[in-house]
Amino acid sequence: MTTAVFSFYLFATILLTSAVMVILSRNPVHSVLWLIVAFFNAAGLFVIVGAEFLAMLLIIVYVGAVAVLFLFVVMMLDIDFAELRTGLSRYLPLGLLVAGVILAEILLAVGSWRAGDGIQMFDVLAGTPDGMTNTQWIGSVLYTRYLYVFQAAGLVLLVAMIGAIVLTHRQRVGTKRQDIGKQVQMTPAKSVRKAQPGVGQGVDL
Amino acid sequence: MIGLEHYLVVSAALFVLGVLGIFINRKNVIVILMSIELLLLAVNINFVAFSAYLHQIHGQIFAMFVLTVAAGEAAVGLAILVLYFRNRGTIAVDDTDMMKG
Repeated sequence: MTTAVFSFYLFATILLTSAVMVILSRNPVHSVLWLIVAFFNAAGLFVIVGAEFLAMLLIIVYVGAVAVLFLFVVMMLDIDFAELRTGLSRYLPLGLLVAGVILAEILLAVGSWRAGDGIQMFDVLAGTPDGMTNTQWIGSVLYTRYLYVFQAAGLVLLVAMIGAIVLTHRQRVGTKRQDIGKQVQMTPAKSVRKAQPGVGQGVDL
Repeated sequence: MIGLEHYLVVSAALFVLGVLGIFINRKNVIVILMSIELLLLAVNINFVAFSAYLHQIHGQIFAMFVLTVAAGEAAVGLAILVLYFRNRGTIAVDDTDMMKG
């Protein structure tokens, strides 16, 4: 058994085990941590197949951003998670039924699938062309043929960012903020008042 | 020798686990969102495996776009979740019937 085969089975086993733990953990914090394990092992699978750039992207984007986002939200919300776990036995049969149906459909589809005419499926992995690295190869296609799709992906991220900010931004009442417009429009006549109170009377503000 | 079908099996199993996660955590939106991430990861594994065994790069490029959409989806989904919790004090999906749809 070569190293690549051994690594594949190792990563695949841990990936599926941690996926099971994600959906079965009682505590969502543990779920997020298992999700991070799953992403790391998926990245390992990508490295075996020769997609190094995507593997690193998976770790940076998923572990570094998405999983941390999940952790923040899980820890920020004060939720009674024990109460959310109730009804597991009620939903389990339906879930298993749907999962079994989908698995059967995937097996049927993949079992009867053949590559179309003119498409050559290879049994072995090939290196990148012309001695390019995987990253160079991706860049040479992404920034030429897929340029507009790439820009559209950036637009999707922009819209998601603005949407998330607009949704969660909240204007609190009663807080004192600096209002530049008001400050600039202020004149001495509005802000200074002369008063000559009598002895022991004080000043109305 | 690891072939394409090995990757397809792993990705199919991961996809089914994601679907199962959505069903057995019907009340907990956070775990549902994590299950959706698992589904997208399974799709990405498929893309990358086909890309490698066809000796083409396009699958990996498309996997990058899936990654982009997944990140945006997680951000917006969690924002909606925070908003929902702020208004209702719970994240149970069963209570999401205000609109009587």
